Amino acid sequence: MSPQIPDSAKLIRTPMALPTMSLPVARTVLDDVRPHLVSPPPMPPRPSRMKAAAASVLWAFLGIAVVIALWAWASTRVKDLPSPLATFQELRRLLADPFRNDGPNDQGVGLQMLGSLGRVGRGFVLAVLVGVPLGLTIGANKRAWKAANPIIQLLRPVSPLAWFPIWLITVRNAPKAAVIVIFITALWPIILNAAAGAASIPDDQRNVARVFRFNKRTYVRHVLLPNAMPNIVTGMRLSMGVAWMVIVAVEMLSGGMGIGFFVWDAYNALNLARVIAAIVLIGCVGFLLDLAFLRLGRKVALPGATS
Amino acid sequence: MSLRIENLWKSFRHGPGYQHVLRGVELTIESQSFVSLIGHSGCGKSTLLNIIGGLTKADAGQVLIDGVAVTEPGPDRSFVFQHYSLLPRLTMVDNVSVAVRNARPEWDRVRADDHVERYLTAVGLWDHRQKKPGQVSGGMQQRCAVARAFAVEPRVLLLDEPFGALDALTRGRLQQQLVELWQSGSDTEIVLMVTHGVDEAVLLSDRIVVMGNPPRESILEELTVALPRPRTPDMVALDPVGRATVSSLLGLLGAPVEESISPASLAVVGA
Repeated sequence: MSPQIPDSAKLIRTPMALPTMSLPVARTVLDDVRPHLVSPPPMPPRPSRMKAAAASVLWAFLGIAVVIALWAWASTRVKDLPSPLATFQELRRLLADPFRNDGPNDQGVGLQMLGSLGRVGRGFVLAVLVGVPLGLTIGANKRAWKAANPIIQLLRPVSPLAWFPIWLITVRNAPKAAVIVIFITALWPIILNAAAGAASIPDDQRNVARVFRFNKRTYVRHVLLPNAMPNIVTGMRLSMGVAWMVIVAVEMLSGGMGIGFFVWDAYNALNLARVIAAIVLIGCVGFLLDLAFLRLGRKVALPGATS
Repeated sequence: MSLRIENLWKSFRHGPGYQHVLRGVELTIESQSFVSLIGHSGCGKSTLLNIIGGLTKADAGQVLIDGVAVTEPGPDRSFVFQHYSLLPRLTMVDNVSVAVRNARPEWDRVRADDHVERYLTAVGLWDHRQKKPGQVSGGMQQRCAVARAFAVEPRVLLLDEPFGALDALTRGRLQQQLVELWQSGSDTEIVLMVTHGVDEAVLLSDRIVVMGNPPRESILEELTVALPRPRTPDMVALDPVGRATVSSLLGLLGAPVEESISPASLAVVGA
């Protein structure tokens, strides 16, 4: 069987009478350079993506295996510490029906997780809506910075949980109070990073805005936001990480709702396997949240230095 | 129009003391002239340009344009910076049109768009207008910055080492384009350029202001370049007038003056 050669290729090749014409070779990129070459050109070694990915997965599994082995060994020594196998079986039980709802005190782990995510989400969005404009303002304005910085530095190191009693008493609603605690948790990293972003605008872009007398809207849209966006997303990522940690503690305190309550409830039932299984799930959700913001951060990164 | 600089002083904090960068600068620049400021690093040439542009405030003295003191940036003056300074998220055409619409809010849409197209075409970028700065070469970015500066129809164009970051071939082409743009129907009356390049100053300028570092006075000398236009790089290197100007510049700047300057010499000071 003779090879199928497109007409265009024939047109070019016939006068050259290349010996390869008669051979049933597969058409490759090599065909384009063949007229100039006596033998195939040496190729650079091609890095295999598959190989690199496989290696990553392999090493990750190795790390997990070591931790599980240590845990299994510890569970034989420590009374009440469940074995990895018992925990895994508990995890499977939890995930078999995650959205079951048998009254307020007996809900599936998925349902509780969604409740917590909802509260974190609301508090977080609120913190973004307040923190980004505030941060940009104090980052762009020295006086606003001087006015706001002392308050921020005073309140930032306070555990957000310390605020919880205030909101419990004033709003008289535990879920709402939890949302406000998350809002305060997420607020500081968002403000500080947005401020850093607004303060990091390169001098040459500032000068362009001044020379061509950019109005406020143009300045915000074309100079301030594009430059501050990477910092803003970093602040969002940091605050989401802390918020996801804090929600568990808040719900442990308040009781009756969310994944924090789920963990506390398992403790009250002396079911440590369930506690550990919940920890694994909380970790997975937190990891996915972080990954999402990491992706977003890459999207808003400014094009590299242009000089 | 007239551009007058009267008794201009500017000092910067430098370690424990002060560095007196501009020391009572007096300068008058006539309309329809291309003037270069040349000197070693730290002589205050960029500071002087920034004060004229309204980006920096002087400690004393003033810059007068038609008798009116400059206090802030205005549409009668525009800038080309050394590092292009395009907004990286905007396409080239958007970079120019955003600048035009903001600097000239009184122009209607048609006039603004017409200017954007005219100057981008003049620097040969109209076909590349939808590209972003990161996708094109440094030379193209600087051409875009030049188009942006001309498109707002400034009466004074301020150039801060505009060709410093470009390779020699690109620099030569862009120098030519700059002079052509300036002379062919632009409303720009004065071009003021800060440069390190002796050859570049002689090639482009009608007048060269040689600036000195402290403790010498700020303005050492003002030279007139008596070469006819249009000029070519060969005239700078071979024409007796060009060679004389180059060697007196080198003398003023403290570089060794050679008996014969080879045509291939690329005299650059302080770079």
